[in-house]
Amino acid sequence: MSTTESKNLYGILAEFKNPKALVDASAKVVEAGYDKFDTYTPFPVHGIDKAMNLPKSKLGYIVFGHALLGFSGAIAMMYFMSVIDYQINISGKPFFNAPAWVPITFELTVLLSAFGAVFGMFFLNGLPKLSNPLFEVERFKKATDDGFFVCIEAKDSKFQADLVRQLFEEAGATHIEEVYEQ
Amino acid sequence: MSKYEYIPEPALVKGNHDFASITKLVTDVNLRPTPKNWYLAMLPANALLGLLLVSIGYLIWEGTGIWGLNNPVGWGWAIINFVWWVGIGHAGTLISAILFLFRQDWRTAINRFAEAMTIFAVMCAGVFPAIHVGRIWVIYWVFPVPNQMAMWPNFNSPLLWDVFAVSTYFTVSLLFWYVGLVPDLATLRDKATDKIRKVAYGLFALGWTGSSRAWWNYEKAYMILAGLATPLVLSVHTIVSFDFAVSMIPGWHTTIFPPYFVAGAIFSGFAMVLTLMIVARKIYGMKDIMTDDHMEKMNIIIMVTGSMVGFAYMMEFFIAWYSGVEYEKAIFMLRATGPYAWAYWIMMFCNVISPQVFWFKKLRRSVGFTFFISIVVNIGMWFERFVITVTSLSTDYLPSSWDYYSPTAWDVLTYVGTFGLFFTMFLLFLRFLPMIAIAEVKLVMPQGDPHNYDDETQEYHLHVEEVPQPKAVKA
Repeated sequence: MSTTESKNLYGILAEFKNPKALVDASAKVVEAGYDKFDTYTPFPVHGIDKAMNLPKSKLGYIVFGHALLGFSGAIAMMYFMSVIDYQINISGKPFFNAPAWVPITFELTVLLSAFGAVFGMFFLNGLPKLSNPLFEVERFKKATDDGFFVCIEAKDSKFQADLVRQLFEEAGATHIEEVYEQ
Repeated sequence: MSKYEYIPEPALVKGNHDFASITKLVTDVNLRPTPKNWYLAMLPANALLGLLLVSIGYLIWEGTGIWGLNNPVGWGWAIINFVWWVGIGHAGTLISAILFLFRQDWRTAINRFAEAMTIFAVMCAGVFPAIHVGRIWVIYWVFPVPNQMAMWPNFNSPLLWDVFAVSTYFTVSLLFWYVGLVPDLATLRDKATDKIRKVAYGLFALGWTGSSRAWWNYEKAYMILAGLATPLVLSVHTIVSFDFAVSMIPGWHTTIFPPYFVAGAIFSGFAMVLTLMIVARKIYGMKDIMTDDHMEKMNIIIMVTGSMVGFAYMMEFFIAWYSGVEYEKAIFMLRATGPYAWAYWIMMFCNVISPQVFWFKKLRRSVGFTFFISIVVNIGMWFERFVITVTSLSTDYLPSSWDYYSPTAWDVLTYVGTFGLFFTMFLLFLRFLPMIAIAEVKLVMPQGDPHNYDDETQEYHLHVEEVPQPKAVKA
C-alpha cells in the first residue's frame, strides 16, 4: 500500500451482487446523507432514480430550446430566401407560401431537436471524458458487463473512509476498494 | 378450469443466460479473430460495390441517356429504387422508436440490427436522387447554399421537401443509432484485450461509465429521440409520396398516397429485417436472443401492413371509379389489363396474397417459409413502385405520346450495385459493432428488474402475476 498512499483518494467503490441489492444500498447511502456519490450499472436499473433521489433531467428544456430554434430558423430562412432576397414567381403562387413550407419547417424542427437531445445528453453527462479514475480499477470493467457498483467520492463533505466502508459492509457489499486519482 | 387461460408472454431471452453470458455471446463476434467466411461474404459484396461505382462513373461520364428513360417516362428505375430503399429503412425506425413508445420489450433483440439496416438502406436510397440529376457537379443547388446564380431553391417543390426529409431522416437515424451504441461500445472497450480495439472502442464510447446519473439523462434522451423519430419516419415517406401525389399525373394525384406509402414502407422493411435476421442469427448463433417468437411477431406486423396495402390498392380502384374522372378510371384499368399488367399482377400476388398465409400459426413460426415470404414481399414492393411510376407516366393523358418503357443494362447494374453497398456496410457492421443492443436486452431480462428479487434476502425470485380465475356465472 506504500505506493498508493502518496496518491489522492478519489473515493471508495463497492460492488453489490444484483440490481436489487444496489437499489437498497443507494437508498442507504442517501439516508446516511451523502450526495457526492454515483452508482454504476450495465443497464438503467428500474427505481434507482428514486432510491438515489435524482432530480428531474433538464434535457427536456434543452430540446425544447433547440426545437424553437429549428422552427423559427426554418421559417426565417425560407422567408429571407423566397420573400426578401430573391423572389421567384412559381405558377403565380404567393412568395410567402405557408402551407408549402410546413414540411421543411417540420423537418428542421425535428433535426435541431434531435441535435439538442443527443448533444444535450452528452453535455449533461459531462461526456466525452476519456480519463476517469474509475477506469484504473480492474474490477470496474464489470460495470459494463454484470457488475453493480456504488462509489462515494472523497470530496463529499461527510466523507470518512472508515465510516463509508462500514456503511457498504452493512449494506451487503460483495467487494470494497479504494479508488485513487491518477 | 375455465376454457379461458392466462398465457404469459414468452420469455424474451431463451436459454439459461445471465448478464455475463449475454455480454459474451454478443461481444465475442466483434472480439474474436475475423472468420474466413466473413471474407468470403465480403468478396461478392465488394464486387457489387465496385459494379455500383463503375455504373455511377459511366453515368457521370456519359449522362442519364444511358438509362432507359424515354419521352413520357422521365422517371424510371432511379426513383423506383430510391422509394424502395427508403421504404425498407422505415422498419428500423419503427422498431427502434414506435415500438419503444408502445413499450414492446421484444424490440430490444432486433433494434440495433434494424437501425443499422435503416442507415444503410437510406444510404443506398440517397445514391439515386444524387446521381439522377445529370450534372452531378452542381448537386449542391438542391441545398439552400449561395450559388453563382444568386438564386435559392424552390421551397414549394416536393422534391426539395424530399431533400430535407431524407437528409434529416438519415442524420436523426444515425444519431439515434449512435446513442444506443454508446453503452455497448463501452462494454466492448472493457472487454477488448488488444490495444487497437481498446483505443478505437474507447474513443467512440466517449468515456461512458454506466453511471446512473448518466443513465438518467440517457433514458430521457432516448425517449425524446423516439418521440421525435416517430413523426419523422411517418413524415419521410409521406413526403416521398408527395413527389408523386402533388403532381397532376393520373394515378398519382390522390390523398391516399401518404398513409399507403407509409404502410408499404413498414411492410417491406420488416420483410428485409427478417431476411437479414434469419441468416445472421443462424450464422452467429443468436437464436437465444432473436427467437422464433420475435419472428412470429414480425410476421404478424407483415400480415397487418400487407393487408393495409391490399386495402389501399382496392380503395384506389374504387376512388378512381367513384371520382368519375376519365383519366383516373383509364389508368387503373390500364394497370390491371394494359401493357404492364404482368407487373401489376406480380405486385398483387406478392403484396396482397402472399402475406395472408401468416394467418396460420404454423407458417408464422416456420423459419424457411418466413424467409421465402420475406423475399417475395420485397420483390412485390419493388413492383409496387414500378407500377406506380411507370404505368402512370407511360400511359398518361394523350394516347399519341404513350410509349413503352424498358430499362437498359445500366439501370439494372446500378440497382444490383446498391446491394453491394448495402451488404458491404452490413458486413462491416456485423464484424465491428455489437449486432444486439446488449444493455437493452439485459434491461428486459427478468434478472434486470429489481422487483424480481426478494425484499428480505435480495435473492432472485421471479415475480409471478396472480391471475384470478373467472367466477362461474349463474344461469
